[in-house]
Amino acid sequence: MVTRPIYLDYQSTTPCDPRVLETMIPYFTEEFGNPHSRSHAYGWRAEEAVETARVQIAKIINADPREVIFTSGATESNNLALKGVAHFYKAKKDHIITCVTEHKCVLDSCRHLEQDGFKVTYLPVEKNGIIDLNRLKDAITDRTSIVSIMAVNNEIGVIQPLTEIGKICREAGVFFHTDAAQAIGKIPMDVEAMNIDLLSLSSHKIYGPKGVGALYVRRKPRVRLVSLIDGGGQERGMRSGTLSTPLCVGLGMACEIAGQEMVAENLTLLALRDRFYKKITSKLEEVYINGDFDKRIPGNLNLSFAHVEGEGLMMGIKELAVSSGSACTSASLEPSYVLRALGVKVEMAHTSLRIGFGRFTTQEEVEYAAEKIITEVLRLRDMSPLWEMSRQGIDIESIQWAEH
Amino acid sequence: MAYSEKVIDHYENPRNVGSLDAADDAVGTGLVGAPACGDVMKLQIKVNDQGVIEDAKFKTFGCGSAIASSSLVTEWIKGKTIDEASIIKNTEIAQHLSLPPVKIHCSMLAEDAIRAAIQDYKQKHSTV
Repeated sequence: MVTRPIYLDYQSTTPCDPRVLETMIPYFTEEFGNPHSRSHAYGWRAEEAVETARVQIAKIINADPREVIFTSGATESNNLALKGVAHFYKAKKDHIITCVTEHKCVLDSCRHLEQDGFKVTYLPVEKNGIIDLNRLKDAITDRTSIVSIMAVNNEIGVIQPLTEIGKICREAGVFFHTDAAQAIGKIPMDVEAMNIDLLSLSSHKIYGPKGVGALYVRRKPRVRLVSLIDGGGQERGMRSGTLSTPLCVGLGMACEIAGQEMVAENLTLLALRDRFYKKITSKLEEVYINGDFDKRIPGNLNLSFAHVEGEGLMMGIKELAVSSGSACTSASLEPSYVLRALGVKVEMAHTSLRIGFGRFTTQEEVEYAAEKIITEVLRLRDMSPLWEMSRQGIDIESIQWAEH
Repeated sequence: MAYSEKVIDHYENPRNVGSLDAADDAVGTGLVGAPACGDVMKLQIKVNDQGVIEDAKFKTFGCGSAIASSSLVTEWIKGKTIDEASIIKNTEIAQHLSLPPVKIHCSMLAEDAIRAAIQDYKQKHSTV
Protein backbone atom coordinates (compact mmCIF):
# COMPACT_ATOMS: atom_id res chain seq x y z
CA MET A 1 0.00 0.00 0.00
CA VAL A 2 1.22 3.46 -0.83
CA THR A 3 1.23 5.66 2.26
CA ARG A 4 0.08 9.20 1.76
CA PRO A 5 2.41 12.16 2.14
CA ILE A 6 2.48 14.04 5.43
CA TYR A 7 0.08 16.93 5.10
CA LEU A 8 1.83 20.26 5.73
CA ASP A 9 -0.29 22.54 3.60
CA TYR A 10 -2.93 23.76 6.06
CA GLN A 11 -3.12 27.23 4.48
CA SER A 12 -4.30 25.59 1.28
CA THR A 13 -7.08 23.61 2.88
CA THR A 14 -7.79 21.55 5.98
CA PRO A 15 -9.40 18.18 6.49
CA CYS A 16 -12.95 18.28 7.76
CA ASP A 17 -12.91 17.66 11.52
CA PRO A 18 -14.75 14.39 12.31
CA ARG A 19 -16.83 16.26 14.90
CA VAL A 20 -17.92 18.67 12.16
CA LEU A 21 -18.80 15.89 9.77
CA GLU A 22 -20.83 14.13 12.43
CA THR A 23 -23.10 17.14 12.96
CA MET A 24 -23.61 17.48 9.21
CA ILE A 25 -24.68 13.95 8.39
CA PRO A 26 -28.35 14.05 9.52
CA TYR A 27 -28.94 17.06 7.28
CA PHE A 28 -28.07 15.04 4.20
CA THR A 29 -30.65 12.37 4.98
CA GLU A 30 -33.60 12.59 7.38
CA GLU A 31 -33.35 16.34 7.99
CA PHE A 32 -33.40 17.20 4.31
CA GLY A 33 -35.91 20.05 4.43
CA ASN A 34 -35.50 23.31 2.58
CA PRO A 35 -34.58 25.85 5.26
CA HIS A 36 -36.67 28.43 3.42
CA SER A 37 -39.87 26.31 3.51
CA ARG A 38 -42.20 27.96 5.96
CA SER A 39 -45.18 25.65 5.72
CA HIS A 40 -44.01 22.45 7.40
CA ALA A 41 -41.73 20.95 10.01
CA TYR A 42 -39.10 19.78 7.50
CA GLY A 43 -38.41 23.36 6.62
CA TRP A 44 -38.59 24.59 10.19
CA ARG A 45 -36.08 22.06 11.42
CA ALA A 46 -33.64 22.87 8.65
CA GLU A 47 -34.11 26.57 9.30
CA GLU A 48 -33.43 26.07 12.98
CA ALA A 49 -30.17 24.27 12.17
CA VAL A 50 -29.08 27.04 9.80
CA GLU A 51 -29.89 29.70 12.37
CA THR A 52 -27.92 27.86 15.04
CA ALA A 53 -24.95 27.84 12.65
CA ARG A 54 -25.41 31.55 12.06
CA VAL A 55 -25.17 32.14 15.81
CA GLN A 56 -22.01 30.03 16.02
CA ILE A 57 -20.40 32.01 13.20
CA ALA A 58 -21.46 35.36 14.65
CA LYS A 59 -19.97 34.40 18.00
CA ILE A 60 -16.46 33.80 16.71
CA ILE A 61 -16.29 37.33 15.26
CA ASN A 62 -18.40 39.02 17.98
CA ALA A 63 -21.20 39.92 15.60
CA ASP A 64 -24.99 39.74 15.64
CA PRO A 65 -26.27 36.61 13.84
CA ARG A 66 -28.46 38.82 11.64
CA GLU A 67 -25.27 40.30 10.21
CA VAL A 68 -24.01 36.97 8.85
CA ILE A 69 -24.90 35.78 5.38
CA PHE A 70 -23.94 32.44 3.91
CA THR A 71 -22.00 32.21 0.64
CA SER A 72 -20.18 29.50 -1.28
CA GLY A 73 -16.84 30.47 0.24
CA ALA A 74 -14.42 33.31 0.84
CA THR A 75 -13.98 33.94 -2.89
CA GLU A 76 -17.66 34.70 -3.25
CA SER A 77 -17.70 36.68 0.00
CA ASN A 78 -14.80 38.84 -1.21
CA ASN A 79 -16.44 39.37 -4.60
CA LEU A 80 -19.73 40.32 -2.97
CA ALA A 81 -18.15 42.66 -0.43
CA LEU A 82 -16.07 44.58 -2.96
CA LYS A 83 -18.33 44.63 -6.00
CA GLY A 84 -21.47 44.92 -3.87
CA VAL A 85 -20.31 47.94 -1.89
CA ALA A 86 -18.53 49.61 -4.80
CA HIS A 87 -21.59 49.48 -7.02
CA PHE A 88 -24.07 50.49 -4.34
CA TYR A 89 -22.18 53.68 -3.46
CA LYS A 90 -20.79 54.49 -6.90
CA ALA A 91 -22.83 57.67 -7.41
CA LYS A 92 -20.85 59.42 -4.68
CA LYS A 93 -17.80 57.25 -4.18
CA ASP A 94 -15.75 55.48 -6.80
CA HIS A 95 -12.46 54.72 -5.11
CA ILE A 96 -11.31 51.49 -3.47
CA ILE A 97 -8.16 50.79 -1.48
CA THR A 98 -6.59 47.37 -1.16
CA CYS A 99 -3.12 45.91 -0.89
CA VAL A 100 -0.77 44.16 -3.31
CA THR A 101 -0.50 40.95 -1.28
CA GLU A 102 -4.23 40.25 -1.16
CA HIS A 103 -5.65 36.97 -2.39
CA LYS A 104 -6.22 36.74 -6.13
CA CYS A 105 -9.99 36.94 -5.71
CA VAL A 106 -9.71 40.38 -4.09
CA LEU A 107 -7.17 41.63 -6.64
CA ASP A 108 -9.17 40.29 -9.56
CA SER A 109 -12.40 41.77 -8.21
CA CYS A 110 -10.59 45.12 -8.05
CA ARG A 111 -9.32 44.71 -11.61
CA HIS A 112 -12.86 44.03 -12.69
CA LEU A 113 -14.07 47.16 -10.90
CA GLU A 114 -11.35 49.19 -12.61
CA GLN A 115 -12.79 48.06 -15.92
CA ASP A 116 -16.16 49.28 -14.68
CA GLY A 117 -14.66 52.73 -14.13
CA PHE A 118 -13.67 52.57 -10.46
CA LYS A 119 -10.28 53.74 -9.24
CA VAL A 120 -8.26 51.38 -7.12
CA THR A 121 -5.22 52.08 -4.95
CA TYR A 122 -3.02 49.05 -4.35
CA LEU A 123 -1.03 49.73 -1.20
CA PRO A 124 2.49 48.30 -1.11
CA VAL A 125 3.73 46.33 1.89
CA GLU A 126 6.87 46.70 3.94
CA LYS A 127 9.62 44.07 3.79
CA ASN A 128 7.86 42.14 6.57
CA GLY A 129 4.59 41.96 4.61
CA ILE A 130 2.68 44.50 6.72
CA ILE A 131 1.11 47.65 5.29
CA ASP A 132 2.24 51.13 6.30
CA LEU A 133 -0.66 52.80 8.12
CA ASN A 134 0.44 56.27 7.05
CA ARG A 135 0.20 55.25 3.43
CA LEU A 136 -3.30 54.02 4.09
CA LYS A 137 -4.27 57.32 5.71
CA ASP A 138 -2.81 59.23 2.78
CA ALA A 139 -4.63 57.09 0.23
CA ILE A 140 -8.13 57.69 1.64
CA THR A 141 -10.08 60.44 -0.11
CA ASP A 142 -13.68 61.64 0.07
CA ARG A 143 -14.32 59.42 -2.95
CA THR A 144 -13.20 56.24 -1.14
CA SER A 145 -16.02 53.81 -0.41
CA ILE A 146 -14.17 50.79 0.93
CA VAL A 147 -10.79 49.64 2.20
CA SER A 148 -10.10 45.93 1.84
CA ILE A 149 -7.11 44.56 3.74
CA MET A 150 -6.74 40.89 4.56
CA ALA A 151 -6.42 39.81 8.18
CA VAL A 152 -3.80 37.09 7.62
CA ASN A 153 -1.89 36.44 4.44
CA ASN A 154 -2.36 33.03 2.87
CA GLU A 155 1.25 32.62 1.73
CA ILE A 156 3.31 34.17 4.49
CA GLY A 157 0.85 34.08 7.40
CA VAL A 158 1.51 37.67 8.52
CA ILE A 159 -1.15 39.49 10.51
CA GLN A 160 -2.15 43.01 9.46
CA PRO A 161 -2.81 45.66 12.16
CA LEU A 162 -6.58 45.28 11.97
CA THR A 163 -7.51 47.41 14.97
CA GLU A 164 -5.46 50.33 13.67
CA ILE A 165 -6.82 49.96 10.15
CA GLY A 166 -10.39 49.81 11.49
CA LYS A 167 -9.85 52.94 13.51
CA ILE A 168 -8.49 54.86 10.53
CA CYS A 169 -11.39 53.74 8.34
CA ARG A 170 -14.06 54.51 10.92
CA GLU A 171 -12.66 57.99 11.53
CA ALA A 172 -12.58 58.64 7.79
CA GLY A 173 -16.11 57.32 7.28
CA VAL A 174 -14.93 54.57 4.95
CA PHE A 175 -16.05 50.93 5.12
CA PHE A 176 -13.45 48.40 6.20
CA HIS A 177 -13.61 44.94 4.68
CA THR A 178 -11.24 42.18 5.70
CA ASP A 179 -10.66 38.79 4.16
CA ALA A 180 -10.38 36.68 7.30
CA ALA A 181 -10.24 33.28 5.59
CA GLN A 182 -6.83 32.55 7.11
CA ALA A 183 -7.51 34.32 10.40
CA ILE A 184 -10.56 32.63 11.91
CA GLY A 185 -9.51 30.21 14.61
CA LYS A 186 -5.93 31.51 14.47
CA ILE A 187 -6.23 35.01 15.90
CA PRO A 188 -9.07 36.58 17.90
CA MET A 189 -11.40 38.40 15.51
CA ASP A 190 -13.76 41.03 16.88
CA VAL A 191 -15.76 43.15 14.43
CA GLU A 192 -16.62 45.63 17.20
CA ALA A 193 -13.17 46.15 18.69
CA MET A 194 -11.61 46.19 15.21
CA ASN A 195 -14.29 48.36 13.58
CA ILE A 196 -14.74 45.87 10.78
CA ASP A 197 -17.73 46.54 8.50
CA LEU A 198 -17.48 43.50 6.27
CA LEU A 199 -15.62 40.24 6.90
CA SER A 200 -15.19 37.22 4.65
CA LEU A 201 -14.62 33.76 6.01
CA SER A 202 -14.24 30.30 4.61
CA SER A 203 -15.24 26.93 6.02
CA HIS A 204 -12.61 24.64 4.53
CA LYS A 205 -9.73 26.64 6.00
CA ILE A 206 -11.06 25.97 9.51
CA TYR A 207 -11.71 22.21 9.37
CA GLY A 208 -15.20 22.61 7.95
CA PRO A 209 -16.60 21.32 4.65
CA LYS A 210 -15.61 22.81 1.30
CA GLY A 211 -18.15 24.86 -0.65
CA VAL A 212 -19.42 27.19 2.05
CA GLY A 213 -18.35 30.45 3.62
CA ALA A 214 -19.88 33.56 5.05
CA LEU A 215 -19.85 37.32 4.76
CA TYR A 216 -20.39 39.52 7.77
CA VAL A 217 -22.20 42.73 6.78
CA ARG A 218 -22.55 45.36 9.51
CA ARG A 219 -26.03 46.65 10.38
CA LYS A 220 -25.07 49.68 12.49
CA PRO A 221 -23.84 51.80 10.81
CA ARG A 222 -25.55 50.00 8.00
CA VAL A 223 -23.54 48.70 5.07
CA ARG A 224 -25.53 48.28 1.89
CA LEU A 225 -24.53 46.35 -1.15
CA VAL A 226 -25.75 45.29 -4.56
CA SER A 227 -26.24 41.52 -4.77
CA LEU A 228 -24.34 39.41 -7.26
CA ILE A 229 -26.86 36.56 -7.28
CA ASP A 230 -30.52 37.43 -7.60
CA GLY A 231 -33.52 35.23 -7.04
CA GLY A 232 -35.68 34.32 -4.09
CA GLY A 233 -34.26 37.04 -1.88
CA GLN A 234 -32.69 34.75 0.72
CA GLU A 235 -29.98 36.05 3.05
CA ARG A 236 -31.61 39.48 3.40
CA GLY A 237 -31.69 39.79 -0.38
CA MET A 238 -27.92 39.88 -0.56
CA ARG A 239 -27.45 36.32 -1.69
CA SER A 240 -30.33 34.40 -3.22
CA GLY A 241 -30.41 30.65 -3.53
CA THR A 242 -31.45 27.79 -1.28
CA LEU A 243 -28.93 27.29 1.48
CA SER A 244 -27.21 23.96 1.87
CA THR A 245 -28.23 23.01 5.40
CA PRO A 246 -25.45 20.44 5.97
CA LEU A 247 -22.76 22.82 4.75
CA CYS A 248 -24.06 25.68 6.90
CA VAL A 249 -24.25 23.36 9.91
CA GLY A 250 -20.70 22.21 9.25
CA LEU A 251 -19.37 25.76 9.05
CA GLY A 252 -21.18 26.61 12.27
CA MET A 253 -19.68 23.65 14.10
CA ALA A 254 -16.23 24.41 12.67
CA CYS A 255 -16.50 27.93 14.13
CA GLU A 256 -17.69 26.59 17.47
CA ILE A 257 -14.71 24.24 17.75
CA ALA A 258 -12.28 26.89 16.50
CA GLY A 259 -13.50 29.30 19.15
CA GLN A 260 -13.13 26.75 21.93
CA GLU A 261 -9.77 25.36 20.91
CA MET A 262 -7.94 28.33 19.43
CA VAL A 263 -5.83 29.22 22.45
CA ALA A 264 -4.67 25.67 23.15
CA GLU A 265 -4.19 24.90 19.46
CA ASN A 266 -2.04 27.97 18.96
CA LEU A 267 0.26 26.92 21.79
CA THR A 268 0.67 23.45 20.31
CA LEU A 269 1.30 24.82 16.83
CA LEU A 270 3.79 27.35 18.09
CA ALA A 271 5.76 24.60 19.83
CA LEU A 272 5.71 22.44 16.69
CA ARG A 273 6.74 25.31 14.46
CA ASP A 274 9.58 26.40 16.72
CA ARG A 275 10.83 22.84 16.95
CA PHE A 276 10.78 22.56 13.17
CA TYR A 277 12.39 25.93 12.58
CA LYS A 278 15.15 25.35 15.13
CA LYS A 279 15.98 21.99 13.68
CA ILE A 280 16.14 23.34 10.14
CA THR A 281 18.25 26.37 11.00
CA SER A 282 20.61 24.39 13.22
CA LYS A 283 21.53 22.15 10.29
CA LEU A 284 21.22 24.44 7.28
CA GLU A 285 22.85 27.76 6.51
CA GLU A 286 21.24 30.46 4.42
CA VAL A 287 17.63 29.73 5.21
CA TYR A 288 15.56 32.90 5.11
CA ILE A 289 12.12 33.49 6.52
CA ASN A 290 9.66 35.36 4.31
CA GLY A 291 7.32 37.73 6.15
CA ASP A 292 7.44 38.96 9.71
CA PHE A 293 8.43 36.20 12.13
CA ASP A 294 6.52 37.50 15.14
CA LYS A 295 3.42 39.06 13.59
CA ARG A 296 2.46 35.76 12.06
CA ILE A 297 0.05 32.92 12.77
CA PRO A 298 1.80 30.00 14.47
CA GLY A 299 0.84 27.45 11.82
CA ASN A 300 2.76 29.06 8.96
CA LEU A 301 6.37 29.14 7.86
CA ASN A 302 7.50 30.44 4.53
CA LEU A 303 11.18 29.74 4.01
CA SER A 304 13.67 30.37 1.24
CA PHE A 305 16.49 27.84 0.94
CA ALA A 306 19.13 29.82 -0.94
CA HIS A 307 20.39 28.22 -4.16
CA VAL A 308 17.90 25.34 -4.13
CA GLU A 309 14.99 25.67 -6.52
CA GLY A 310 11.61 25.13 -4.85
CA GLU A 311 10.02 22.76 -7.30
CA GLY A 312 13.17 20.66 -7.49
CA LEU A 313 13.14 20.52 -3.71
CA MET A 314 9.49 19.51 -3.56
CA MET A 315 10.22 16.59 -5.86
CA GLY A 316 12.81 15.37 -3.39
CA ILE A 317 10.47 15.64 -0.44
CA LYS A 318 7.50 13.98 -2.05
CA GLU A 319 6.69 12.35 1.31
CA LEU A 320 5.65 15.86 2.38
CA ALA A 321 2.69 17.79 1.01
CA VAL A 322 3.86 21.42 0.98
CA SER A 323 3.67 24.21 -1.56
CA SER A 324 6.26 26.41 -3.20
CA GLY A 325 6.42 30.04 -4.23
CA SER A 326 8.45 28.94 -7.19
CA ALA A 327 7.17 29.55 -10.66
CA CYS A 328 7.16 26.06 -11.95
CA THR A 329 4.27 24.81 -9.84
CA SER A 330 1.85 27.21 -11.47
CA ALA A 331 1.04 27.64 -15.12
CA SER A 332 2.21 31.25 -15.10
CA LEU A 333 5.95 30.55 -14.70
CA GLU A 334 6.12 33.68 -12.52
CA PRO A 335 7.19 33.26 -8.93
CA SER A 336 4.88 34.30 -6.11
CA TYR A 337 3.63 37.90 -6.39
CA VAL A 338 3.33 38.00 -2.62
CA LEU A 339 7.03 37.28 -2.09
CA ARG A 340 7.93 39.73 -4.86
CA ALA A 341 5.86 42.40 -3.09
CA LEU A 342 8.01 41.96 0.02
CA GLY A 343 11.04 42.80 -2.09
CA VAL A 344 12.22 39.18 -2.11
CA LYS A 345 14.44 38.79 -5.17
CA VAL A 346 13.02 36.65 -7.96
CA GLU A 347 15.80 34.11 -7.52
CA MET A 348 15.04 33.81 -3.82
CA ALA A 349 11.32 33.54 -4.51
CA HIS A 350 12.16 30.49 -6.62
CA THR A 351 13.70 28.82 -3.58
CA SER A 352 10.75 29.17 -1.21
CA LEU A 353 8.55 26.61 0.49
CA ARG A 354 5.35 27.25 2.39
CA ILE A 355 4.99 24.86 5.29
CA GLY A 356 1.64 24.85 7.06
CA PHE A 357 1.03 23.09 10.37
CA GLY A 358 -2.45 22.38 11.68
CA ARG A 359 -4.78 20.62 14.06
CA PHE A 360 -3.73 17.12 13.07
CA THR A 361 0.02 17.68 12.72
CA THR A 362 2.07 15.55 15.12
CA GLN A 363 5.51 16.02 16.61
CA GLU A 364 6.74 12.90 14.79
CA GLU A 365 5.58 14.34 11.49
CA VAL A 366 7.36 17.62 12.16
CA GLU A 367 10.60 15.86 13.11
CA TYR A 368 10.45 13.67 10.04
CA ALA A 369 9.65 16.63 7.78
CA ALA A 370 12.56 18.67 9.10
CA GLU A 371 15.01 15.79 8.62
CA LYS A 372 13.74 15.11 5.14
CA ILE A 373 14.08 18.75 4.11
CA ILE A 374 17.57 19.03 5.60
CA THR A 375 18.80 15.92 3.76
CA GLU A 376 17.33 17.02 0.47
CA VAL A 377 18.52 20.63 0.67
CA LEU A 378 22.06 19.40 1.39
CA ARG A 379 21.88 16.98 -1.55
CA LEU A 380 20.55 19.61 -3.94
CA ARG A 381 23.04 22.23 -2.80
CA ASP A 382 25.81 19.78 -3.63
CA MET A 383 24.28 19.66 -7.08
CA SER A 384 23.70 23.42 -7.37
CA PRO A 385 26.10 25.55 -9.42
CA LEU A 386 24.86 28.62 -7.53
CA TRP A 387 25.70 27.12 -4.17
CA GLU A 388 29.17 26.19 -5.48
CA MET A 389 29.73 29.73 -6.73
CA SER A 390 28.55 31.33 -3.52
CA ARG A 391 30.90 29.05 -1.54
CA GLN A 392 33.74 30.23 -3.81
CA GLY A 393 32.84 33.79 -2.95
CA ILE A 394 31.55 34.61 -6.43
CA ASP A 395 28.87 37.30 -6.40
CA ILE A 396 26.05 35.67 -8.30
CA GLU A 397 24.45 39.03 -8.99
CA SER A 398 27.59 40.26 -10.76
CA ILE A 399 27.22 37.64 -13.48
CA GLN A 400 25.51 38.57 -16.72
CA TRP A 401 22.80 35.93 -16.87
CA ALA A 402 20.94 35.31 -20.09
CA GLU A 403 17.33 35.50 -18.92
CA HIS A 404 15.16 33.24 -20.94
CA MET B 1 2.40 17.23 -11.85
CA ALA B 2 3.41 13.68 -12.55
CA TYR B 3 6.99 13.12 -13.61
CA SER B 4 8.03 10.35 -15.97
CA GLU B 5 9.97 7.40 -14.56
CA LYS B 6 13.09 8.51 -16.42
CA VAL B 7 12.93 12.01 -14.94
CA ILE B 8 12.54 10.54 -11.46
CA ASP B 9 15.42 8.14 -12.04
CA HIS B 10 17.78 10.94 -13.14
CA TYR B 11 16.58 13.20 -10.34
CA GLU B 12 17.10 10.58 -7.65
CA ASN B 13 20.26 9.10 -9.13
CA PRO B 14 21.84 11.91 -11.09
CA ARG B 15 24.75 10.83 -13.28
CA ASN B 16 28.01 12.76 -13.35
CA VAL B 17 27.33 15.43 -10.77
CA GLY B 18 30.38 17.49 -10.01
CA SER B 19 32.92 19.89 -11.39
CA LEU B 20 36.03 19.72 -13.54
CA ASP B 21 38.89 22.17 -13.34
CA ALA B 22 37.68 25.07 -15.46
CA ALA B 23 41.26 26.32 -15.85
CA ASP B 24 42.36 23.07 -17.51
CA ASP B 25 42.90 23.55 -21.26
CA ALA B 26 41.15 20.27 -22.01
CA VAL B 27 38.00 21.41 -20.19
CA GLY B 28 35.16 23.41 -21.67
CA THR B 29 32.60 25.00 -19.34
CA GLY B 30 29.08 26.08 -20.20
CA LEU B 31 26.97 28.06 -17.74
CA VAL B 32 23.47 28.78 -19.00
CA GLY B 33 20.10 29.89 -17.66
CA ALA B 34 19.45 32.48 -14.98
CA PRO B 35 18.68 32.31 -11.26
CA ALA B 36 15.77 34.69 -11.78
CA CYS B 37 14.19 32.24 -14.20
CA GLY B 38 14.51 29.37 -11.78
CA ASP B 39 17.11 27.33 -13.61
CA VAL B 40 20.87 27.45 -14.09
CA MET B 41 22.95 24.65 -15.61
CA LYS B 42 26.68 24.27 -15.49
CA LEU B 43 27.98 21.64 -17.90
CA GLN B 44 31.67 20.81 -18.23
CA ILE B 45 33.36 18.58 -20.78
CA LYS B 46 36.88 17.19 -20.85
CA VAL B 47 38.05 16.64 -24.41
CA ASN B 48 41.05 14.49 -25.47
CA ASP B 49 43.46 15.06 -28.35
CA GLN B 50 41.20 13.17 -30.76
CA GLY B 51 38.36 15.59 -30.03
CA VAL B 52 36.44 12.99 -28.05
CA ILE B 53 34.59 13.95 -24.86
CA GLU B 54 36.22 11.78 -22.22
CA ASP B 55 34.37 13.10 -19.24
CA ALA B 56 31.38 15.31 -18.52
CA LYS B 57 30.11 16.80 -15.27
CA PHE B 58 27.13 18.94 -14.40
CA LYS B 59 25.60 20.98 -11.65
CA THR B 60 22.06 22.29 -11.95
CA PHE B 61 19.82 24.63 -9.99
CA GLY B 62 16.29 23.94 -11.10
CA CYS B 63 13.32 21.67 -11.10
CA GLY B 64 13.44 17.91 -11.49
CA SER B 65 13.14 18.14 -15.26
CA ALA B 66 16.08 20.52 -15.46
CA ILE B 67 18.22 18.23 -13.31
CA ALA B 68 17.17 15.20 -15.35
CA SER B 69 17.86 16.94 -18.69
CA SER B 70 21.39 17.89 -17.66
CA SER B 71 22.11 14.50 -16.11
CA LEU B 72 20.92 12.78 -19.28
CA VAL B 73 23.07 14.85 -21.63
CA THR B 74 26.22 14.13 -19.62
CA GLU B 75 25.56 10.45 -20.29
CA TRP B 76 24.87 11.05 -23.96
CA ILE B 77 27.88 13.20 -24.76
CA LYS B 78 30.48 11.04 -23.04
CA GLY B 79 32.42 9.15 -25.72
CA LYS B 80 31.10 11.37 -28.50
CA THR B 81 33.26 13.76 -30.49
CA ILE B 82 32.49 17.40 -29.95
CA ASP B 83 31.00 17.55 -33.44
CA GLU B 84 28.67 14.66 -32.65
CA ALA B 85 27.72 16.20 -29.32
CA SER B 86 26.96 19.55 -30.86
CA ILE B 87 24.13 18.14 -32.96
CA ILE B 88 22.11 16.81 -30.01
CA LYS B 89 18.68 18.39 -30.22
CA ASN B 90 16.43 19.47 -27.37
CA THR B 91 13.61 17.51 -28.96
CA GLU B 92 15.54 14.27 -28.47
CA ILE B 93 16.07 15.12 -24.80
CA ALA B 94 12.44 16.07 -24.29
CA GLN B 95 11.25 12.94 -26.04
CA HIS B 96 13.56 10.63 -24.13
CA LEU B 97 12.44 12.07 -20.78
CA SER B 98 8.77 12.44 -21.85
CA LEU B 99 8.81 16.09 -20.75
CA PRO B 100 5.44 17.85 -20.74
CA PRO B 101 5.12 21.06 -22.83
CA VAL B 102 5.74 23.38 -19.84
CA LYS B 103 9.09 21.67 -19.28
CA ILE B 104 10.41 21.89 -22.83
CA HIS B 105 12.55 24.86 -21.83
CA CYS B 106 14.55 22.52 -19.57
CA SER B 107 15.61 20.45 -22.58
CA MET B 108 16.41 23.61 -24.54
CA LEU B 109 18.60 24.74 -21.69
CA ALA B 110 20.45 21.41 -21.71
CA GLU B 111 21.08 21.78 -25.44
CA ASP B 112 22.35 25.32 -24.84
CA ALA B 113 24.62 24.02 -22.10
CA ILE B 114 26.30 21.52 -24.46
CA ARG B 115 26.81 24.25 -27.07
CA ALA B 116 28.21 26.65 -24.50
CA ALA B 117 30.66 24.08 -23.13
CA ILE B 118 31.87 23.20 -26.64
CA GLN B 119 32.21 26.85 -27.54
CA ASP B 120 34.25 27.51 -24.43
CA TYR B 121 36.52 24.56 -25.26
CA LYS B 122 36.93 25.75 -28.86
CA GLN B 123 37.73 29.27 -27.75
CA LYS B 124 40.53 27.96 -25.58
CA HIS B 125 42.00 26.22 -28.65
CA SER B 126 41.55 28.96 -31.22
CA THR B 127 44.76 30.84 -30.43
CA VAL B 128 45.93 30.67 -34.06
